[in-house]
Amino acid sequence: MPFAPLLRAMMLCCLVMLGLLAPAVIRGQAQAQVSAASPVPGERLAAGLERFKADSFADTEAAIAAIAASGSAQGVAILSALGDRRLFAGAAGVFYRDAAGQGFDAVTGRPATIPPDAGLVRLNNRLRNVVQAALGTMTLLSPDPAQRVRAAEAVFRSRDAGALATIEAALPGENVPRVRRAFEEARAAILLSSADAPEELRIAAARRIAEASDNDAISLLRQFSGQTTGGLRAVIDQGIASIEQAQRIRAWGQTLWFGISLGSVLLLAAIGLAITFGVMGVINMAHGEMVMIGAYVTFVVQELFRSHAPHLLDWSLPLAIPLAFGTAGLVGIAIERGVIRFLYGRPLETLLATFGISLVLQQAIRTWFGPTNREVSAPSYMAGSFEFLGLQITYGRLWIVVFTLCVFAALLLVLKATPLGLQMRAVTQNRRMASAMGIRTRFVDAMTFGLGSGIAGVAGVALSQIDNVSPNLGQSYIIDSFMVVVFGGVGNLWGTLVAAFTLGIANKLLEPFAGAVLGKIIILVLLILFIQKRPRGLFALKGRAIEQ
Amino acid sequence: MALTRRGVLSAALGGATALATGYRPAFAQGAPIKVGILHSLSGTMAISETTLKDVMLMLIEQQNAKGGLLGRKLEPVVVDPASNWPLFAEKARELISKEKVSSVFGCWTSVSRKSVLPVFKELNNILFYPVQYEGEESERNVFYTGAAPNQQAIPAVDYLMSKDGGEAKRWVLAGTDYVYPRTTNKILEAYLISKGVAPADIMINYTPFGHSDWQTIVSDIKKFGSAGKKTAVVSTINGDANVPFYKELGNQGIKATDIPVVAFSVGEEELAGIDTKPLLGHLAAWNYFQSVKDPANDAFIKAWKAYKKSDKAVTNDPMEAHVIGFNMWVKAVEKVGTVDIDKVIDALPGITAPNLTGGISTMLANHHITKPVLIGEVRADGQFDVVWKTSGLVPGDAWTDHLPGSKDLEADWVTLKCGNYNTVLKKCG
Repeated sequence: MPFAPLLRAMMLCCLVMLGLLAPAVIRGQAQAQVSAASPVPGERLAAGLERFKADSFADTEAAIAAIAASGSAQGVAILSALGDRRLFAGAAGVFYRDAAGQGFDAVTGRPATIPPDAGLVRLNNRLRNVVQAALGTMTLLSPDPAQRVRAAEAVFRSRDAGALATIEAALPGENVPRVRRAFEEARAAILLSSADAPEELRIAAARRIAEASDNDAISLLRQFSGQTTGGLRAVIDQGIASIEQAQRIRAWGQTLWFGISLGSVLLLAAIGLAITFGVMGVINMAHGEMVMIGAYVTFVVQELFRSHAPHLLDWSLPLAIPLAFGTAGLVGIAIERGVIRFLYGRPLETLLATFGISLVLQQAIRTWFGPTNREVSAPSYMAGSFEFLGLQITYGRLWIVVFTLCVFAALLLVLKATPLGLQMRAVTQNRRMASAMGIRTRFVDAMTFGLGSGIAGVAGVALSQIDNVSPNLGQSYIIDSFMVVVFGGVGNLWGTLVAAFTLGIANKLLEPFAGAVLGKIIILVLLILFIQKRPRGLFALKGRAIEQ
Repeated sequence: MALTRRGVLSAALGGATALATGYRPAFAQGAPIKVGILHSLSGTMAISETTLKDVMLMLIEQQNAKGGLLGRKLEPVVVDPASNWPLFAEKARELISKEKVSSVFGCWTSVSRKSVLPVFKELNNILFYPVQYEGEESERNVFYTGAAPNQQAIPAVDYLMSKDGGEAKRWVLAGTDYVYPRTTNKILEAYLISKGVAPADIMINYTPFGHSDWQTIVSDIKKFGSAGKKTAVVSTINGDANVPFYKELGNQGIKATDIPVVAFSVGEEELAGIDTKPLLGHLAAWNYFQSVKDPANDAFIKAWKAYKKSDKAVTNDPMEAHVIGFNMWVKAVEKVGTVDIDKVIDALPGITAPNLTGGISTMLANHHITKPVLIGEVRADGQFDVVWKTSGLVPGDAWTDHLPGSKDLEADWVTLKCGNYNTVLKKCG
């Protein structure tokens, strides 16, 4: 078929021409709008600003539109201030503060002091979107690449046809790959949503969006799936199907990650108990309260930083770790010396006594710090999330996983490679023989309990990042902790590790199907059945010491 | 009833003496009127209930400074039911039988209210219940000063469906697994479907008390929100589980502009434990916010901060409910001139008291009150900005109009003398 290449070339020609023409048509419309709307930038701006004073959402919306259309140089600063709650309006005029706190007059853009009667211009979520969209269109040509990406993302969401001209003009000269990608996606979003754009362009746009393969993309495609017909509809549905396929695969990875992250929290909470209960055999119901003490130490440390050295606030968490270890460890030693040492060999009494201690500690904290939650803020390196292979991974959780593994490794090292660890193992395996060898067993008991409690305190530092810092913090972890230690096999650290991650991942695998409530029940039932079969847990210790 | 009659007599005598001499004694000889306060001061609910005990103590102190009630001193009797539901019933019995209180202000969770109900019926006393709840109840001995579902949940959903609320088309109803969220969500689901929302566009999710690992659920919400329709989350998550929930929302980058969350159990107190910067724009629906500018509110906040001796002390919705309830009780007692339980119960409907947001609330025949409904947005300082408000006061509806079983029921303790009158069968119960 000699015609085929020719035909294809002609079609391509047509496509290209259409491609050039279509934006021009849309661009023309957009320009007509702008030129009719803005006689003099300054006047338009002042007229727009005037409407902020009404303190009604409808007037604020009109003001945003007027400022965006005014083409004034202050527009970006004013709208950013509005979005960040830094714009004030009053009888004397409209003012904004820059990020550093310096006041400006919005009309002139000159520094000014903000009069006390000027009230904050309020927004709601709808207007916040309007501000984002307007800012997006206005900052597409910003010199800062990060700002350009944000702008393109805002345009992607707003699909403001007025921004198309700017994007197409900027695209050829754009060298930063991620900005280029964002621009292309924004352009595709606008083209897909403009019903009068040629079908071919919209199909190409749909394909481009499907390539992005994330939540925003599938959301956009689904929105247009119902509104289109024919070839475009087919391409869109195909795009949705391919994104869904990718999401299904990613969902497995995501579940696995959630499981690991939950497992690390369980491990962190249980690892101290693996010492006091696992190694020493003390049923310590006050273990959760050691975790709570650690969290409150973090709170106190952070408050001190906040009042004395606010610029070092990010360092409060690393500093809290040794302090939490020390405080919780000392409390643990005090409990061991004061109560538990009289009760060795009487598990029921130990259980009741430590349960009583846990209530006393809770109420003590409630009296000192109040019953309400205390705020422990996340340091900057623990806030937010990043994408890895399409998975959303939050920094906070990642740090906790890393931290847990470090604590585990350190504990293993203490037990295996230090004299104290050696003595601990000796005492727990055969107390009388150890004593005969000259080991101060009572001292070792106190140190072991202190170590377990201290590690619980360290867990509290990490848990303060994901849970409430309240007197009830410990209660919610005590059952899970016992579950992990018993499942893993009493007295075996590696068992605790495996058990924590197994329970975490199993929980997360069940949750999407069974729901959080039923999922937990299923796990408990499975655990009970497992313990029936293997009363000593996953990795039971063997040997004569155990039989005693 | 000898005791009560003697009390009235001595009160009247006291009043007469005061008038005759022109001298106002601190209190006449009458025995003090005891007011029971039944709020958990320890255990999991202490986080919310301790402040309610304090606000009651402050109100009683203020009333005593004004000369007490009927010329008698008010004496608070505080007990601690320790977040333990059966203990609530025991402590209620102790307050009524042993302490002989004239009314009780207390309870937070619905299960604690249900646990004390039989005691209040048996021993005939008055309970003022200050917390928003699931409705479907109206008892002769209970006065509900918190919001019924039509005073909180339904207006909140209406707001999210409106243009300013973002015209939500897809809904996540997330709650803690107990009676209040389950009933509220049932009502909301029926309401949404009646408004033309497809069942496929509603996702309902329950979590255990104190749930702390929200990763899966938040990521599910995110996925549910990517269907190309505006999605909103209605949260009846209670208590401690809120902090990790909001932290996870912030971490996974769900912004209020994309998927707003409107909460019914998150107030100023609960936000105190959260870094609110990532939560800007998320919503809460209440009948009161500390940030409302009103002279009555300003005076209350000032008095509260002075009472707590802390500039950081916050006020919240259930506290306002106790203020309204206490003032209504005082007015009713003054109206009938006695603390006799039956007389006060009969006198309460129709009594009005100013609320703290500039309106006058009325006690209705169904023992609920009229309240304004406000939608507030979380701000960076842990307070709320009011973004929407009902034009007038909304009367509390004990039996919702949106569930088949309770549609035909009506509560009226004035004319019908019935808490669940069936308008179809024309009979009570």
